[in-house]
Amino acid sequence: MKNIKILAVLAVAFVAFNCSDDDNDIMQPDPVDFSGTYAQKDQMGRPAVNTVFVSSDSKDMFNVTVPSAQNTAFQSMFQTNLTGLSPAFANDGDTNALGQDAATFTGLLATDVLNVSLDGTTTFYDGTNVLTGRALADDVITVELLLIFGGEDFSENPGLSDDHVDANDKPFLASFPYLASPW
Amino acid sequence: MKKVRNVIGIAIVAIAGFFMVAADHIDAPDVQGGTSDITDFYAFQGANTDNMVFVANVQGLLSPSATGAAAFDENVLIEFNIDNTGDNVEDLVIQAIPRDGKMYFFGPVAPSSTGLNSTIQINATAGGVVDITPYNANEIIATNGGMTFFAGPRDDPFFMDFAQYSEIIAGNATSFNDPGADTFAGTNVMSVIVEVPKSMIGGSGTINTWVEAKRK
Repeated sequence: MKNIKILAVLAVAFVAFNCSDDDNDIMQPDPVDFSGTYAQKDQMGRPAVNTVFVSSDSKDMFNVTVPSAQNTAFQSMFQTNLTGLSPAFANDGDTNALGQDAATFTGLLATDVLNVSLDGTTTFYDGTNVLTGRALADDVITVELLLIFGGEDFSENPGLSDDHVDANDKPFLASFPYLASPW
Repeated sequence: MKKVRNVIGIAIVAIAGFFMVAADHIDAPDVQGGTSDITDFYAFQGANTDNMVFVANVQGLLSPSATGAAAFDENVLIEFNIDNTGDNVEDLVIQAIPRDGKMYFFGPVAPSSTGLNSTIQINATAGGVVDITPYNANEIIATNGGMTFFAGPRDDPFFMDFAQYSEIIAGNATSFNDPGADTFAGTNVMSVIVEVPKSMIGGSGTINTWVEAKRK
């Protein structure tokens, strides 16, 4: 029995050190089966895009359409849903505070990727930087509500353009893993 | 307001039987509430500004009492996609796949094929492995090759007054409340977090990035 334990410990040690003692740092996960093909079920770039802009009967399809094909497949649906949804886009020439009309705004959103700067501030929107990432503390829902309902100067439909929940229920951490411990 | 109700109402009726839907929580019939349901995706500069952090959350709306039993699905691959050439096609992926209490990371690495079907890039020169942190344990963090890794339950970082949003859509309210109430307060998610040197994903400029859940 003791020998078996020692062997088991050695085996674990071998596996554990396998990733670091290799001179070219190639993972050697031989004991673990990583075979097979994994087929897409869900995807996400920007927050709430599928939820808000994709019609209910197209939500699964949106999740299995590669981003490079999403604009062609979905921009028109996004624009229809936006102009139907928001009085701030009800009239020709209406724009959001970024100066985007319905076609431009939905043309951006329909390709559901998160644009991220490698050169500095990363934020969904902080008043200065626009779509340079998504930080944990970004109030992305209010930003999206403002861009959908707030009109040219964020002043339209004030009851709909801010949910007045501005921060998380637990403080984030200043260092990795950044997210707060679970409740 | 009528238009608002009509359009959102149509979208919501189909999912009215489910409690909530938000950032990407429970976003579509095929994945809602399951182990491949992505709830959220974040990408931000690390505390070390030479690094970028990617966060994928799955299995939203876990109550504290349900969190201890929550587990990553060994048949579900979490894949961070990075396009650094501006065509919205992934040039690099970081794959995360759980096996026997550990989360294995492969990449950043050019995928053998782009698109809807993936194989795990076991020959990737970058990557690492971290023990999945159990509920109520101190977080277990691993590093390898300049990258840092975490997998396990965390507080859901998403916040929104989704309940009032639903009331507006249902026609029971005409505006949000001030202050609002965070519908996601007190709930957890299963998080996969990886911090990677920017030099490994393009160095400078803008990347386009998204996360996918893929099932074997």
